[in-house]
Order: sequence, then C-alpha cells, then structure tokens
Amino acid sequence: MKLNTNSNSYIIVYSAILVVIVAFLLAFIFKALKPMQDANVALDVKKQILYSLNIRNLDGAEAEAKYAEVVKEEGEKDGQKFYMCEIDGEDILVVSLKGMGLWGGISGYISIHGDETPTVYGAYFNHEGETAGLGAEIKDSQAWQEKFIGKRVFVDGTQDVALGVVKNVDDPETQVDCVTGATLTSNGVNDMIKAGLKDAGKNAVELFLKAQCYKDAPADSTATEEPKAEEE
Amino acid sequence: MALFSKQNKEAFTNPLNLDHPILGQVLGICSALAVTSQLKPAIVMGLAVTVITAFSNTIISILRNTIPNRIRIVVQLVVVAALVTIVSQILKAYVYDVSVQLSVYVGLIITNCILMGRLEAFAMQNKPWPSFLDGVGNGLAYAMILVIVGAVREFLGRGSLLGFQIIPDACYDMGYINNGMMTMPAMALILVGIVIWVHRAYFYKEK
Repeated sequence: MKLNTNSNSYIIVYSAILVVIVAFLLAFIFKALKPMQDANVALDVKKQILYSLNIRNLDGAEAEAKYAEVVKEEGEKDGQKFYMCEIDGEDILVVSLKGMGLWGGISGYISIHGDETPTVYGAYFNHEGETAGLGAEIKDSQAWQEKFIGKRVFVDGTQDVALGVVKNVDDPETQVDCVTGATLTSNGVNDMIKAGLKDAGKNAVELFLKAQCYKDAPADSTATEEPKAEEE
Repeated sequence: MALFSKQNKEAFTNPLNLDHPILGQVLGICSALAVTSQLKPAIVMGLAVTVITAFSNTIISILRNTIPNRIRIVVQLVVVAALVTIVSQILKAYVYDVSVQLSVYVGLIITNCILMGRLEAFAMQNKPWPSFLDGVGNGLAYAMILVIVGAVREFLGRGSLLGFQIIPDACYDMGYINNGMMTMPAMALILVGIVIWVHRAYFYKEK
C-alpha cells in the first residue's frame, strides 16, 4: 500500500513521532554530557579567578592545583563573591563582578591588593554574546586586561570608585582606555566595575578584616608593606 | 552505483568551484562576517557547519520519501536544529574554550541559508551518499572562505595568526600600526567581495 504522505492524519502522526524522537535524543544527550559540562564550567570559574591573578596558560589539572594553593577563603555577600588569596605571602582580594554588555551579560573578576591605597593586581572579564573581535575583546585581549594592573581603585580616602573605562583617558592612574569599536561593551564594563566595587568597598573591607583575624601577625605585616614598596 | 562515480564526484566538487555557496550563490554571508575576525573561531565554525551540513543532508535524504511535502521545511528545521543543539552540547562538553569563543554563532547555524538551501535543493531529490558528499563539499567551501577571510583579517588587524604574533615587534617600533578597520565586520564584507572577484576573474569555469 502506498501511503498518502499529504493526508492530514499522516502529517500529524509524522510530526508527532519526529518531535518525540528528537526530544528523547536531545534529552539523552543533554543528560549524558551534563556532568562533563558542569565540571568544565566549575573549572572555568577557577581558571577565571586565576586569570584575574595574572596566572594564565594553565591546563585543567594544573589550574585545579594552583587554585587550591592560592585561594585561601571564599566569601559571599548579596550574591557577590569574594576570594581571599595569597601569592608570595601577599594578601590579594578577588571580587566577582556582574553587569550588562551590549548583547548580553558580562562578568569578571578583579583582584585588588594594598591596604592603604588599594590598586588593581589583575583583571579578567568574560561575556556571553559580545561581538567577536569587538566587544569580545574584553575577554580575548590579554593586553587590554593588563591595562588595569596598577590602577588605583578608590578616590583617595573615600569609598568612591575611581577605577573606570573611558573613551578619553584624563587620569591615567585610575582610568583605562575603551576597546576600539566596542564603546557600548566598554561602557558596560565601566558600569559593572563602578557598581561591583562600590558595594565591594564596604563588604570587602568587612570580609577582608574577618579574614585578617584568622591570620597571625607576621603574614599581616608583609601584606601591608609589599604594595607600598611597589607604589613608590 | 560506484562510491565515487562521476556524479558523486561532481556532488562533492561542484560546491567547491562552480556552485560555490558563498562565491557563486552568495549564501551564508551573515555568519561569514561575524566569526571571521580571527582565524581560530573561523576554523571551528567552518568545521561545525561542515559536520552539520553533511549529517543533516544525509538524514533528510534518508527521510526524503516519507517527508510530507507540506511540512518539509518544518521537518528540515527540526533535523537541523536537533543537530546544531547536539553539536553545541558536544562542543561544550569536550572543547569548552572554543564553544565559549563561538558563543551564539553555533546556535545561529540553524538559520544558515546554506543548510536550508542544500536540504531543499539537493537532499530532497538525491540518495544519502551523494547528499552526504554534497554536504561535506558545501561545508568545506564555506569553511574555505571563512579561513581565508579570517586569516587576512587577523593578520592585518592584529598582526597575528591563530593567536601567535607574526609581525615582529621591530616593525611596530618602526611605526607599523595594526589596521583596526580589519576587525570591523564591514571589512569582512569587502574582503568577501574581493575573494568573489578574484574567483570570478581567475578560477570560475563555465560548464
């Protein structure tokens, strides 16, 4: 018997079967790959934190080990995460950031050191769907991220965030140049830093102090001395 | 029919020259502009499209006699969308870095005109094996242009290829500046235009 492939009942049955098959197939593949994807995402977060500490080019296992070695403590306040890290005896605070880019969410980690005048130790940004080659440069361009290093975070003596991304740099001590061709994404990074660090100012100091309490005195003194030496 | 008969060979080689999806038919331009600012995403994108065209062509060709004519586009879309989702999940699980780099563009393969074009024009009328070859041919033809444009844009726009710096620092010291225009999508359009022109002028052969 030759099927009439144009009858309504055939079309309905055909599409129903097709959709069910595809749905099961996708559900199966999603389930099967989920653990690996989750592991990748978790590892990626750790890598990003290491990137913001200027530790790059590590593969999976190395990154895992380095992370365990460097990151001493994790804290969370109002959905924002903080990581107390220690590199060469110096305390460094990593702050997670979240914001809006041009096409979707952007995020980042920025590490800060120095008690008296906090400066940026390193920065790493990530995005969901910025344009490759333009907005995506905030993630892809290591050179751009390195421009943040050494910038002062706060307006002297206050909790106001001075660090920012602007088109025309007035104050090279606190401002970073925009990514060419990606003004809107750069503005997003600027807003994200301003918003993220504004709260972090207070929260981080709180957490920072709490973390300091766990440490013994000698570690404390090195933490305050080293960044100063760098600034001079 | 032999595995590599004359028709089968043509199914594979035609898209590479005569019926080139980008150069001849000017299809799939949108993603060619978007992912070609660097070489690596261009290569991965090219491979992903090749795999997806090949397998969607094969699957549709196997199903071609059962597909109701009135909903054939819907069926094609379902198959393509399922394959794209699978590929994007596999990329996420095995090459996470690359999948992050390609971000939305893997998902957008679903709307790539080359795919729908090949399914409609070839797979619906031909047997699975020629359809598979046709898919691979078209995918590679697409990948070829992406790689050419990606290489030129990354070289002139950043002085590097695949992320490795090619132009020595000495040139920058002497005053050489990367051409920032090359990282703009508009330059991809102009480059594709130039590639089409060169192809028409020197390589295009009439049947």
